[in-house]
Amino acid sequence: MVPAIDNAPGSRLVVEITALRKSFGEVEVLKGIDLNVHQGEVIAIIGKSGSGKSTLLRCINGLETFDDGALRVDGKQLLHESPTAMRELRQHVGMIFQSFNLFPHLSVGRNVMLAPTLVKKRSKTEAAERARTLLERVGLADKFDAMPDQLSGGQQQRVAIARSLAMDPAVLLCDEITSALDPELVGEVLRVVELLAQEGMTLLMVTHEMNFARKVSDRVIFMHQGRVHEMGPPEELFGSPRTPELKQFLSSLHD
Amino acid sequence: MRIQLDFAAVLSQWPLLLNGIAWTIALTTVATLIGMLLGILCAQMRAKGPVAVRFGVGAYIELIRNTPFIVQLFFIFFGLPVAGVRLSPETAAFIAIVLNLGAYAAEIVRAGVEATPRGQIEAAVSLALTPFQVFTRVVLPPALKKVWPATVSQIVIVMLGSSVCGQISVPELSYAANLIQSNNFRAFESFIVAALLYLALSVVLRKFLNWAGPRLLFGR
Amino acid sequence: MIEFSLWDILRNLLLALRWTAALSLVAFIGGGLTGALLLYARLAGGRVTDRLIGLYVQLFQGTPLLMQLFLAYFGIALFGIDVSAWTAAALALTLYTSAFLTEIWRGCVASVPKGQWEASSSLALSFVEQMRYVILPQATRVAIAPTVGFLVQVIKGTALASVIGFVELTKAGTMISNTTFKPFTVFGFVALLYFALCFPVSLTARYLERKTYGPRH
Ligand SMILES: Nc1ncnc2c1ncn2[C@@H]1O[C@H](COP(=O)(O)OP(=O)(O)OP(=O)(O)O)[C@@H](O)[C@H]1O
Ligand SMILES: [Mg+2]
Repeated sequence: MVPAIDNAPGSRLVVEITALRKSFGEVEVLKGIDLNVHQGEVIAIIGKSGSGKSTLLRCINGLETFDDGALRVDGKQLLHESPTAMRELRQHVGMIFQSFNLFPHLSVGRNVMLAPTLVKKRSKTEAAERARTLLERVGLADKFDAMPDQLSGGQQQRVAIARSLAMDPAVLLCDEITSALDPELVGEVLRVVELLAQEGMTLLMVTHEMNFARKVSDRVIFMHQGRVHEMGPPEELFGSPRTPELKQFLSSLHD
Repeated sequence: MRIQLDFAAVLSQWPLLLNGIAWTIALTTVATLIGMLLGILCAQMRAKGPVAVRFGVGAYIELIRNTPFIVQLFFIFFGLPVAGVRLSPETAAFIAIVLNLGAYAAEIVRAGVEATPRGQIEAAVSLALTPFQVFTRVVLPPALKKVWPATVSQIVIVMLGSSVCGQISVPELSYAANLIQSNNFRAFESFIVAALLYLALSVVLRKFLNWAGPRLLFGR
Repeated sequence: MIEFSLWDILRNLLLALRWTAALSLVAFIGGGLTGALLLYARLAGGRVTDRLIGLYVQLFQGTPLLMQLFLAYFGIALFGIDVSAWTAAALALTLYTSAFLTEIWRGCVASVPKGQWEASSSLALSFVEQMRYVILPQATRVAIAPTVGFLVQVIKGTALASVIGFVELTKAGTMISNTTFKPFTVFGFVALLYFALCFPVSLTARYLERKTYGPRH
């Protein structure tokens, strides 16, 4: 078990985003985003489909390039021109996808071991030991040798979380990680995320699970048409939304 | 009318046949090992290379796929010496067969690589793998697994096609059969024996590749 | 020694190309008809017929075309019939083509969903009616692209007829190269002529395939 890092939000900046802009062709998808994420902070990003939530996350780990503004992770400037710098950065940023994206030809254990052995040059034994610890932490200790297609969606997503954690990221990006799951499997994944939050992991998650966002996050961000439209503690945002757009968004969820 | 067949006259030449089989296996092995590598390389260059490279690789693939192997072999063996490259029959055969399989493998591998879900690649990239690692560790194994049946068929076709190499006196199986029939005038029997040996080789080769592929190339 | 100009070489090769085309057509049409008969026998006949035709297919797919040509050439001669290279080549290539086509088409018939057979049976259609109105129309749609694609294999296969002495494009190339001592040029031309014949067929097959399955396949 990794000891819980007790770090009050506000200590150190893990992600700094300033005036970030991004267009796909003619369409501007991110219209100047400013956002600072502190170590140990848990941030939920909510908003309508197409408001740019995924694009923002994908910019943070360099899966998308941005056109204007600045982005720093762990104090280091994000430089698209340098592949080495990008790989260095990605070692600090874990990403979990809606569609799990486990590598189908590798066993669960090897999925988790792959990046540490290739990128961090860990020995096989060391990586395997760590993989077992992480799998135990997500409740899948007995699945080390299973193949991904033998697992349920919820189990696959938990393996994906373990796989990201194996790189010891400074921040974990989660993009609607329960949206592809059957309702009865959502809980097991959210419990793992909650555990990570309690242990002090810095989390940036796009989610449609409002109750969950309310319960675990320190801050909620409402995105609307490529901008951070409202931001604040969950009680405030959900309890007394200020803008009509957020009110409308929240009421649309109850239908 | 009575037809008399004398297979003993052919089978008594078993050392020649055995040597022929060894050469056929050698040609096939080299074609498979180097040809597959060439195919993977070409598939990548055709997909990712600069325009001129893409065009060049595309031209190579189409030229090979749309001309007979025997003509490719003759061009390399008879044609190239005029251009100053003198090759032994064996070397010419190895080059021709590798180039041949490489072109077909390129198309087969490309189909498999294109089928890789984008998310797989993004997951690997966000784990900080290098582009080479992403390709060899994440993209290639499932791609090869997917197209392995087509690859096996192509390798069998190339093995059978290698019989043409006897025409430039590479001592493979069909050459051995030809040699035997020119000595004992038992042409029909010689070619029946050779054909059956090819049949056995193709069955064994197919079995072997189906067994070896999952174990050696893409794990399980 | 006669001097051959480039044009002389090309002209002679073009004349020989006619024989490549003729042999390809004979084999493709003859093989297509035989293959269709075999397919019918396989679908209408019992298990034994199916097994026998399966064996026939495996024999042709598991041995080199070159051996098949030799066997046709020397096999017919065994019966005391003086066989020409043309006859032997046409026979061997026809049988070879029939084996491959019948197998391709069987796969296409098998790709028609089982429910179609069951639905048409439940409408009390006879076997022939089932085939004629339900199965074949659907199978044909899938079969066209691979059939055209196989024509390329047949054209390339005819080059092996040169080995038993039939003078088509490849054999003509060998002969001209032996008299002109210009193998590089001659075999270069030979290759380009095959390419000119095969490439359009390949493109057509690819186009048809895209039409059958849509662009993403
Ligand atoms: N690769 C791309 N090329 C072109 N447009 C894109 C691309 N990716 C996203 N977009 C567009 O950018 C906008 C924002 O997309 P994004 O995926 O960030 O939205 P989202 O907030 O994550 O929505 P959802 O809740 O549906 O996931 C959308 O209008 C989308 O159509
Ligand atoms: Mg999204």
